[in-house]
Amino acid sequence: MSAPAPLLIFGDLAEGDRLPPLRYDVTATTVVLGALASRDWRPMHHDKDFAVERNGTKDIFLNTPNQAAWFERFLTDWTGPHGRLGRMTFRMRDSVFPGDTMIIDGVVQELTVDDTGCAWVGVDITLSVEDSVKSSCTARIAVPLDDDDNPWRRSRHEWKP
Amino acid sequence: MTRTIDVSDLVGVPMYEETGEFPVEQGYIWTMCAAVENGNPLFWDRAVAEEITGGPIAPPTMLSAWFRPHHWAPGSSEPRLPLKVHFDLKDRLGLPEAVITENTMVFHEPVRPGDVLRTRQILRSVTDEKTTRLGTGRFWVIDVEYENERGELVGVETYTGFGYRRDAPQKR
Repeated sequence: MSAPAPLLIFGDLAEGDRLPPLRYDVTATTVVLGALASRDWRPMHHDKDFAVERNGTKDIFLNTPNQAAWFERFLTDWTGPHGRLGRMTFRMRDSVFPGDTMIIDGVVQELTVDDTGCAWVGVDITLSVEDSVKSSCTARIAVPLDDDDNPWRRSRHEWKP
Repeated sequence: MTRTIDVSDLVGVPMYEETGEFPVEQGYIWTMCAAVENGNPLFWDRAVAEEITGGPIAPPTMLSAWFRPHHWAPGSSEPRLPLKVHFDLKDRLGLPEAVITENTMVFHEPVRPGDVLRTRQILRSVTDEKTTRLGTGRFWVIDVEYENERGELVGVETYTGFGYRRDAPQKR
C-alpha cells in the first residue's frame, strides 16, 4: 500500500490533550517475549524462581527496553507512522508482573516549533496498574507541521532531538 | 570513615568502543513489534517505509538491543555485561550496590536493517558522596553513543546510576 496521509498534524493539537489510553493484560509471554526480543537474557525476566528468590519480587517482571517499546507503540498508535521519536526519559518506580492489567496514559505537555521548523510534541506518559504508577516517561516526538511535512525527511542539522 | 576516591581521569574519555556482533536484523524487529503488538506500517509494509522513511527502519527504542551480547559465544566462559563503565565504577569506588535511577534515549539518524553499529561509553560526571534512602554513595552519568558504519550518530543513551553501600544501623 502507499503511505497514508498523516494521522495528525501539529495544528490539530493543544496542550492538555489526552492520548487514547492503552490497556493490556500482561502475561508471562508478554514479559518473556519482550525480554528476548530486546536480547535481555537476565533470568528475572523469564525464571520465576530466580525472580522470587534472588530479586525478592512476586514473579518475573517487564524489563525496561520492553517498556520503552510499549511506550513507543503507544505514541505512534496516536501519531501514525509520520511521528518520529526524538527523546524519551524513563523513571522506573515499581515492577509490572504477569496478571497485571497495565494502563498507559499520556498528556500533551508542550507544543513547540524549533528554529529548523520542526514541530515537537512533549508528552508525559504513565504506566499504571490498579491506579498505582509503576513507571513514567517524558517523551518528545516530532509530528508533521502540515500535510506536506514529514519529520523523517530531516537529517543532521535539521534534526535536533 | 569517608574517603574520596578520584575517578576524574575517566570523565570524558571514550571507553569500550566496539562494533556490533551482528547486523541490525529484520527478524528481531518483527519479534519486538509482535511482543508489544506494534502495527506501525513502517515496520511491516515496505512500500510505506520506502515512502515515509526512505526504506525499512528499526523501532528507535530497540537501540540498546543491538549491543546486548550473545548469552553465549564460542570461547566465552562467563556472561558479558553491558554498560561496563557502570560496573567499573562500582568496583573502583568500592560500592557494593548500584541502581540505574534514570535513563534517557535520544534518537538521531534512523537505524536500518543491515546496519552494523558501533558504540562507545563515556563517563560524563560523578558526584561527591550523598546519602539517600538506599544508603550512602555517589551518582554518576554515563553516555552510550551509537553510530552507523557511515559515521552518522544514530542515538545516545544517558544513564544516571547511584552506587552505594547500605548504611549501618544506628548503634544504641
